[in-house]
Amino acid sequence: MDPSVIVSDVTRTDYLHLYYYLRLTRALETRITALYRQGRIVGGCYTSHGMEAVSIGYALPLESRDVIAPYHRDMGAFLIRGITPGEVVAQYLGKRTGPTKGKDGNVHIGDLKRGVIGFVSHLADNLPVATGAALAFQIRGEPRVVVTNTGDGGTSRGDFHEAMNFAAVRKLPVVFFCNNNQYAYSTPLRRQMAVQNVADRAKAYGMPAEILDGNDVAAIYVAARRAIEKARAGGGPTFLECKTMRMHGHSEHDPAKYVPQALLDEWKIKDPILKAEAMLKALGYADEADFQDIEARAKKEIEAGVEWAEQSPLPEGPETLEGVFATEDEVAL
Amino acid sequence: MTTAVHPTTSQEVTYLEAISQALDEEMTRDERVFLIGEDIGAYGGAFKITEGFLDKYGDHRVIDTPLAESGIVGAAIGAAMMGLRPVVEMQFADFISCAFDQITEVAAKNHYRWNAPVPMVIRAPFGGGIHGGPFHSECPEGWFFHSPGLKLVAPSTPYDAKGLLKAAIRDPNPVIYFEHKFLYRRIKAALPAKDYIVPIGKAEVKRAGSTISVVTYGAMVHIALDAAARLAQDDIDLEVIDLRTLIPLDTETIYESIRKTSKAIILHEDTKTGGIGAEIAALLAEECFDCLDGPVLRVAAPDTPVPFSTPLEEFFLPKIGDVEEAARKLAAY
Repeated sequence: MDPSVIVSDVTRTDYLHLYYYLRLTRALETRITALYRQGRIVGGCYTSHGMEAVSIGYALPLESRDVIAPYHRDMGAFLIRGITPGEVVAQYLGKRTGPTKGKDGNVHIGDLKRGVIGFVSHLADNLPVATGAALAFQIRGEPRVVVTNTGDGGTSRGDFHEAMNFAAVRKLPVVFFCNNNQYAYSTPLRRQMAVQNVADRAKAYGMPAEILDGNDVAAIYVAARRAIEKARAGGGPTFLECKTMRMHGHSEHDPAKYVPQALLDEWKIKDPILKAEAMLKALGYADEADFQDIEARAKKEIEAGVEWAEQSPLPEGPETLEGVFATEDEVAL
Repeated sequence: MTTAVHPTTSQEVTYLEAISQALDEEMTRDERVFLIGEDIGAYGGAFKITEGFLDKYGDHRVIDTPLAESGIVGAAIGAAMMGLRPVVEMQFADFISCAFDQITEVAAKNHYRWNAPVPMVIRAPFGGGIHGGPFHSECPEGWFFHSPGLKLVAPSTPYDAKGLLKAAIRDPNPVIYFEHKFLYRRIKAALPAKDYIVPIGKAEVKRAGSTISVVTYGAMVHIALDAAARLAQDDIDLEVIDLRTLIPLDTETIYESIRKTSKAIILHEDTKTGGIGAEIAALLAEECFDCLDGPVLRVAAPDTPVPFSTPLEEFFLPKIGDVEEAARKLAAY
């Protein structure tokens, strides 16, 4: 992103905030991956390695009463919404202190109080749900916005198209992100769609779209802020495609040998943390010593969270039977 | 609450009008309630249940959508999570298959997974006898009977149609409301002038009898009652239980009846294999084995799609004669 644009649009405080969350997300997911490799985390392990900028960029401009309907590579957004690293690790470890109390795992984190709609594995299912949350805001005339995200793969599902169309028709206050990381599990883009850009799909719904450098956290932040405020003002939905690269497998069990090494090498040097550091230095916002401080702070926070999560209790077997139905007092007027 | 203790309106209303009244009264009573579906606004719905609602409540509470059942249900889920009370109209219950994923994966599991209630109603006009053919006659309740987290109701009278719909709208969980198209304009009743509900989870003994219990719901309740009238001449005294709610099943009322009659027929319009009748038969084998004096019989549609041509559809649908035949067979034990 052009440094002159950053100077006018992103304050030093905001940029350092973005950088801190890049570091926190990277440190947390690196730690979770290590726990997975040690066999202490079972099941799936989905990270945003190399793509952290996307959800950090979209979540930071949101206000506290806004809502996100994320997908499985949005760890940074969880952290910004106030889900703690400890809660994330507790969720991965199946602990009772995790946001789903062991009922669900890994990145299937939801908490209405913090404006996070839980993700389900069926990709793009959260997009119609996001339109419904936005519809509620529109019906009540509330100046609130929903941001939702999906991968390139999810944009092939009908729910993506149904949600995009409905949002555009009703001019709903929702912003659609697409983390285009070039692979849907093992299937490359050219086997997923015949269009050049995912953003081309938005045209079919009469929805404005932008293509962003998915590794430039400041660029995403600025575009997200613009789209969010437009939606808040009644200007309707926007589609933002973030082009990036999935640097790990689909899940950590997957060595992703189907991805050419040259492609990974090409994207390794475009890492969002390196990119942010170069820009922060160029702008005179921070130097190496600041980066090291922030990284150390992030790691310390993660370790405290891991310790808390590990000490947390597991649920008891019979808790399986709890919570199938909601009770009246949970939905009081 | 029963009809008798309340003054009734002077005019009798059809089953269809009872549904309309419930929607109208709940929308007036609770501004969180809104309607969403295909052609429900200006057109008033395929069956005219919401005729006049658009003028009365406006297009923020009577929302015509694009033709996209999954998107509609997803949107209702999102709005419900934000505190509204959506009532979805499936134009025909058959089309609910397009929304199966949102219903079973998102709505049904939401509270269990992360404690977020989904107070939503899906009205599903179901059933045959209207020359609808394979795509406008289905009884899809069996699919959802097997999805923990949903409540299912299926009224057979105008009184229950109104009272169960009000209860469904006030319930904090996703409820699928199966309204039988054959009954829409064929049955009438005077309803209480005052607000009432029919509680979810309560079956009703529609006809007390001593020889055989017929457990049924929906339009088949009327078939069972007609069969009972015929069999009474031959001293076969059927007890007819209208389940009214399929989930949560009122097992106590069923067991109590079987303990009295010792014989059971389960009657449903849905196809036979793997249906609700199979589950009830299994429950009776588990819980009432000692008091059974004969095999538990099922009278249900054959395992075919619902055929179109009149003689085929007549053959397909369970008839009074089928219940009579099963009852005579069982009476011989």
